[in-house]
Amino acid sequence: MEKDMEQMFQERIDKEIRIEPKDWMPEKYRQTLIRQISQHAHSEIIGMLPEGNWITRAPNLRRKAILLAKVQDEAGHGLYLYSAAETLGISRDEMYEQLHSGKAKYSSIFNYPTLSWADMGAIGWLVDGAAIMNQVPLCRTSYGPYARAMVRVCKEESFHQRQGFEILLTLSRGTEAQRRMAQDAINRWWWPSIMMFGPKDDESPNTIQSMKWKIKRFTNDELRQKFVDICAEQIKILNLTIPDPDLKWNETTGHYDFGPINWDEFWQVIAGNGPCNKQRLDARKKAWEDGAWVREAASAHARKRAERLAQKRA
Amino acid sequence: MKQYINKYYYGDYGEGKNGAADISTSGKTQHEWPLWEVFIRSKQGLDHKHVGSLHAVDAQMAIENARDVYTRRMEGISIWVVESKHIHASNPDDADALYDPANDKAYRHPTFYDLPDELTHI
Amino acid sequence: MNTSLINYTLHLADTALVMGHRNSEWCGHGPVLEQDIAISNIALDFIGQARNFYQYAASLSGNGATEDTLAYLRDVQDFKNLLITEIPNGDWAQTTLRQFLVSSYQYYLYQQLQYSTDEQLAAIAAKSLKEVTYHVRWSSEWVIRLGDGTEESHQRLLKAVDEIWNFTGEMFVPAAYEQELNTNKTGVDVLAIQPLWLHKVQEVFAEATISIPAKSFIQQGGKTGIHTEYLGYILAEMQFLQRAYPGAEW
Repeated sequence: MEKDMEQMFQERIDKEIRIEPKDWMPEKYRQTLIRQISQHAHSEIIGMLPEGNWITRAPNLRRKAILLAKVQDEAGHGLYLYSAAETLGISRDEMYEQLHSGKAKYSSIFNYPTLSWADMGAIGWLVDGAAIMNQVPLCRTSYGPYARAMVRVCKEESFHQRQGFEILLTLSRGTEAQRRMAQDAINRWWWPSIMMFGPKDDESPNTIQSMKWKIKRFTNDELRQKFVDICAEQIKILNLTIPDPDLKWNETTGHYDFGPINWDEFWQVIAGNGPCNKQRLDARKKAWEDGAWVREAASAHARKRAERLAQKRA
Repeated sequence: MKQYINKYYYGDYGEGKNGAADISTSGKTQHEWPLWEVFIRSKQGLDHKHVGSLHAVDAQMAIENARDVYTRRMEGISIWVVESKHIHASNPDDADALYDPANDKAYRHPTFYDLPDELTHI
Repeated sequence: MNTSLINYTLHLADTALVMGHRNSEWCGHGPVLEQDIAISNIALDFIGQARNFYQYAASLSGNGATEDTLAYLRDVQDFKNLLITEIPNGDWAQTTLRQFLVSSYQYYLYQQLQYSTDEQLAAIAAKSLKEVTYHVRWSSEWVIRLGDGTEESHQRLLKAVDEIWNFTGEMFVPAAYEQELNTNKTGVDVLAIQPLWLHKVQEVFAEATISIPAKSFIQQGGKTGIHTEYLGYILAEMQFLQRAYPGAEW
């Protein structure tokens, strides 16, 4: 019986019919989605912190307004994604619990520090650039609520990468100190951004099922290569360099070759040993714990008000 | 279920090596603010359209949150909010076999449903 | 006359900027995601208002002044914001109470200012009034919620009133530039809006089941550049890049 259900489920996927919350789905499909969507949501929320660092220090009022709007967008994206995950039967509080306890993961990139203003540029260009590369195909992911959330995210994301590149472009045309600042930021953010696409495909044995379910539509390596190809061209406009001596155009493949990725660093950061893991998680936990009395008070007041209204009507 | 997925997705570092969320859903939500579905009329003359959901203590807060979250201050629009638990959804009808008939509330939250237009009359 | 107009415009701008600065500190740290977004929105409104006022002040000043030279290259004694804006956020009770007290003041202020004989000020006030109307609604609801919520939230709200009430009086003590602009209907008679403000505060406090302190002292000086110690730290942080890399474009 279950086998038939799975077969029919697969047929729907193959016909590009979106799966909606009340449709039957294999338990593993549901679990995979909850994990992926919640990790994506956590990444948005944790991702507010490194950039949030610089809102009060933004160098002019225009940049300040843009940065604040951008970080606020990330809160919105987190909210859309948490909502999408909630359709699968998990509450936002549960997802927070998993984040705070360290059980749930988030994108490793946000465990790196933002040390200068140029980091706002590098994050916009590289980190958001890598994110968009992943997110655009997710707009067609097989699970309806996730796909719709991603459409909304991608619509709003369009200005993020541009503002990042614009920051770097301005710095690259600025003073010597500003150019140094920009190059330093690219040096620090390049490899972590490349790692954002996740481990190499051949280290992930059961790639086929996930692609078959069309949760994901391109492999990590395909997306990574596409990203490298684009950045290798864009860096020329900045007249700065990508910190990879092996980066060069390959006539045969029609792509840029690039050097080996330090996967040990990647797994260390995932495991909690990145420069800012503890700081980021502590900040989120503090916000959540400090907010507990606020949430309770609002609930208590709403309850009282509803009771008073009921009494009045009685 | 027999499938095991070890594929790492974007923002997903799997459950192997360093542990990821186990996705147990204990349903512990008693302190959580209620969930609301948000419907927005983006232009005069158009139907209200479902745009997403959010948490709020009451309808008033839900409307204000909806304005901040889903409209980012567009003026002149109309917002409806409905507490999610009050929405009753029809069964997916295209394939009976695909539908799990045992449970009308298989998933607690009807967020992001593609809702039929008629629902705007609720 | 022109000096007074510049000072007055800067006073409005500085108040908005410092409020925006304090509110923006919540971004990423709010008690619940939806409210994180709400307070960031309010911070954005304030920064927007500040920019409008600064741009006008810059055009009045000439001498190559821009919104950024005014925001980033003046020191504490040149800032004319209300003291209440610069005190730290404290907890959610103190933040939302401050928001309510300042936004209610701005509401009546801008309501008058939109009829200013100075067209530019009138236009900025009219535009800002829409935003402020929402800020009053949002913040008064929070004050009521916390006052009428739990025992803990009630106590925290009382503590917040105790912390910041003394800073409210300054709103209604006109500086020399305010008095001068009031005579030709460019500015607003702050004494005249005080009863309106007080009435609104009483109304909301009553719903929040708290009362206005019987005795209070008026802490003042912000309008003329005598600030709390906090402003120096705000500016040190805000102006860091402009000070460390003089003359650079960003």
